[in-house]
Amino acid sequence: MNGTSPHLHLPISVRLIMLKVLAALVPGIAVYVWFFGAAILVQIALASAAALAGEAAMLKLRGKPVGLFLSDGSALVTAWLIALTFPPIAPWWLTVTATLFAIVVAKHLYGGLGQNPFNPAMVAFCVSIIAFPALMSQWPAVGFTDFAAQMRVVFQSQSAQDAVTMATPLDALRTQLHVPEARATVAGVLGSHASFGNIGGKGWEWIALAYLLGGLWLLQQRVITWHVPVAFLATLALIAGGFSLANPDRYAGPVFHVVTGGAMLGAFFILTDPVSGATTPRGKLIFAAGVALLAWIIRSFGAYPDGMAFGVLLMNLCVPLIDMGTQPPVFGHKDEQKGGTP
Amino acid sequence: MLAALFKFRGGVKPASHKDESTRAPIARAPLPARLVVPLRQSAGGTPLPLVAAGQKVLKGERIGAPEGNFSAAIHAPTSGTVLAVESRTLPHPSGLSAPCVVIAPDGEERWIERTPVNYAAESPDALRDLLRDSGIVGLGGATFPSHLKLKPGAAGRIGTLIVNGAECEPWITCDDLLMRERAEGIVRGIAILRHIASADRVLIGIEDNKPQAIAAMRAATAQATGVEVVPVPTRYPAGGEKQLIRVLTGIEIPYGRIGPEFGVQCFNVGTAWSAHRAVELGEPLVSRIVTLTGNVERPGNFEVPIGTPIDDLLALVAPRADTDRFIMGGPMMGFTLPRTDLPVTKATNCILAASPALFPPTGPEMPCIRCGACTRACPAELQPHELYWFSRAKNFGKAQEYNIFDCIECGCCAYVCPSNIRLVDYYRFAKTSMRALEREKTASDAARQRFEFRNFRTEREQKEKAERLAAKTAAARQAIAGGEKPAAAPTPAATEQTPALPQLDETKKALIAAAIERARAQKEGVQPKNTDNLAPEKLAEIREIEARRAKVREIAKTPPEEPV
Repeated sequence: MNGTSPHLHLPISVRLIMLKVLAALVPGIAVYVWFFGAAILVQIALASAAALAGEAAMLKLRGKPVGLFLSDGSALVTAWLIALTFPPIAPWWLTVTATLFAIVVAKHLYGGLGQNPFNPAMVAFCVSIIAFPALMSQWPAVGFTDFAAQMRVVFQSQSAQDAVTMATPLDALRTQLHVPEARATVAGVLGSHASFGNIGGKGWEWIALAYLLGGLWLLQQRVITWHVPVAFLATLALIAGGFSLANPDRYAGPVFHVVTGGAMLGAFFILTDPVSGATTPRGKLIFAAGVALLAWIIRSFGAYPDGMAFGVLLMNLCVPLIDMGTQPPVFGHKDEQKGGTP
Repeated sequence: MLAALFKFRGGVKPASHKDESTRAPIARAPLPARLVVPLRQSAGGTPLPLVAAGQKVLKGERIGAPEGNFSAAIHAPTSGTVLAVESRTLPHPSGLSAPCVVIAPDGEERWIERTPVNYAAESPDALRDLLRDSGIVGLGGATFPSHLKLKPGAAGRIGTLIVNGAECEPWITCDDLLMRERAEGIVRGIAILRHIASADRVLIGIEDNKPQAIAAMRAATAQATGVEVVPVPTRYPAGGEKQLIRVLTGIEIPYGRIGPEFGVQCFNVGTAWSAHRAVELGEPLVSRIVTLTGNVERPGNFEVPIGTPIDDLLALVAPRADTDRFIMGGPMMGFTLPRTDLPVTKATNCILAASPALFPPTGPEMPCIRCGACTRACPAELQPHELYWFSRAKNFGKAQEYNIFDCIECGCCAYVCPSNIRLVDYYRFAKTSMRALEREKTASDAARQRFEFRNFRTEREQKEKAERLAAKTAAARQAIAGGEKPAAAPTPAATEQTPALPQLDETKKALIAAAIERARAQKEGVQPKNTDNLAPEKLAEIREIEARRAKVREIAKTPPEEPV
């Protein structure tokens, strides 16, 4: 019992926040299962188990109360985000290794909960896509929903074949537009590609909308603020829209960018990670706009199919500087001249 | 009605729990067997005791004289006998002790002669002195002497008087009931304060969860001009002085500045009521309204003589069995009383019985995840999580740069923190550490100055000594040259230091030689020689030896022909 004020406390906890984030992911996962089969659930289970095991081992090693921190839910959020950003038919060991790397290296070696400068899930993604680019590009073809077949691929009793894998729309667009002789256009590529749906990737566009729904609920619950998703989506749409207007054959439009790849998941669930993101209102806007810019550049000109993860990590690096430079004025000090501190 | 209210950022909405203690009207607390009246009950110095043990006092008799102008007088809350003037524990978070006057009431409640004053005919200066001598201090909790808050000066004129009836802390209702029952007196007090400040307008801010108080105050101010009762949205800490001023006028007063610099000043409704009693009835501040609530059977508000032991009050409301501690003040800013045999002071607005059920202990402290809940709740618009990191790391310079002293310790940040971090404790730690460092720095600055002065003085003394020596030397040289005795003390006028200094070595040698010569002569003069009274043949022998010695000396004095 502590005798100092305040003597009141809201019934709120880190665990409650993390559980709300997990709950908000459920609609997206449900739509995911609908379009791409139950493999994603296996991936989520694999990642969760690996995350909890890694977390428990590290807490034990660091002499922290295992039960208290294991139940805070933060490892599960990392695990779910890893599973949701990896191909659902990625080999099991890749998911497990990547998750362990996220928890052990990106989280605990930096000091554990609240101390990691980089988003652990995005560290896992970047490490995996650099180390295993082929496996990380092996996405299930539309219609490949047979659970048994998926499991054979995940547990590698059967290698993934062209019949069951397919490039994502972002990947297809990037590779085909990069070949000058092909004289491909955005409309041409997407029109001919089996994975393209109404506005984004087939199935993926609906998953993105489900993430949007969950994200809006997080906003309503005040787990996140509007700054990051709005700044991210608006910046991405503005850049994509501008370039697409100038050269519609070469650059995909804003709607495509916003509902494709990791954009919507990132906007509401990844960039909003409070630990590795900016904290001031203006800082959040700059941080999110920076990720959008980097993601669009990497998507349009880079060698990787999606730029979200690299964009996030690069902007994570800038967070201390952004926060320092965007401190809002304090009550009663609003007229004071900004700039040089004494 | 005002066209628009201003908003303050942040704030929280904890359950108000005001109903419990507002069902019954204000009751009079009975006189206890003993009253312990602390002499220091306001910001500023400790008043000097005016009474001694054994002395009879009347109700309202001054027992503590304000030291200088920076405190307010203390009065006997009832008639009786002074038992002692001694140090007693005060209701203070750290259990401080301070001089108190212990009074045994005689139960007769005999007042001193009370002289009502027509304030309109008095000068503001005279009225300020009257408030000081009547012991009027801010009854919202800060107990700042009211006469000082009304002082005009370089700061400027108080154009707008803010009257604080917001009472935003949960559970506390003493101002609410005072406004419901004694609106007339409050409004008369406001008129006095307004007269002293010569304020153009008065804004009375009351949180909109007190409709009865608002109605009563509206009725009481119906005839007054330039006085407005303004319901303000219920959101803690709307009753914080700076927050209320912001809400009613849009003015933000930063740390270290005072209201009059911005043309505003703020008084609590209880203070206004006391001012009315003091001026128009001649009754100094000897009692106040205290809310007794929380985990008790019969919560309510009581008019309590200052100095009443809290134990006596608790007996009136019957705390329940599972009460584990008592809080003085509200649940957001109050502190846990170290004991309950302590007296009620002018700062005691509420005694809150706490139980684990009412105020459940928070869970274990988790790491900060920078979620920003504290930032959104902070009414001072600080970045509490940054201040937390800086305070924790003892990076006080950074904490100060991030305006930690603008923190009003309202508790909103800790209230909303999902990691259960006791943020305010960290800020208190940082602030007290910084103040201690500041004191240490002042002390070490003083020590350094003393040391530097000592060095300067030593140097100066050495220099003076050298000068004196040089003068002496010069005199000695003159003496040697003139064949005079060198012992003659040199006079400053005779000192010729500048030419003497380079020749110090030479003169020193001469001085030493002269001293040796003197010593030899003295020795020869004093010591008996073993050559006295000897036989002639022995003398002859000695003479022979002496001659040989002289010869040897001659040889020794002659430099060798060839260099060795």
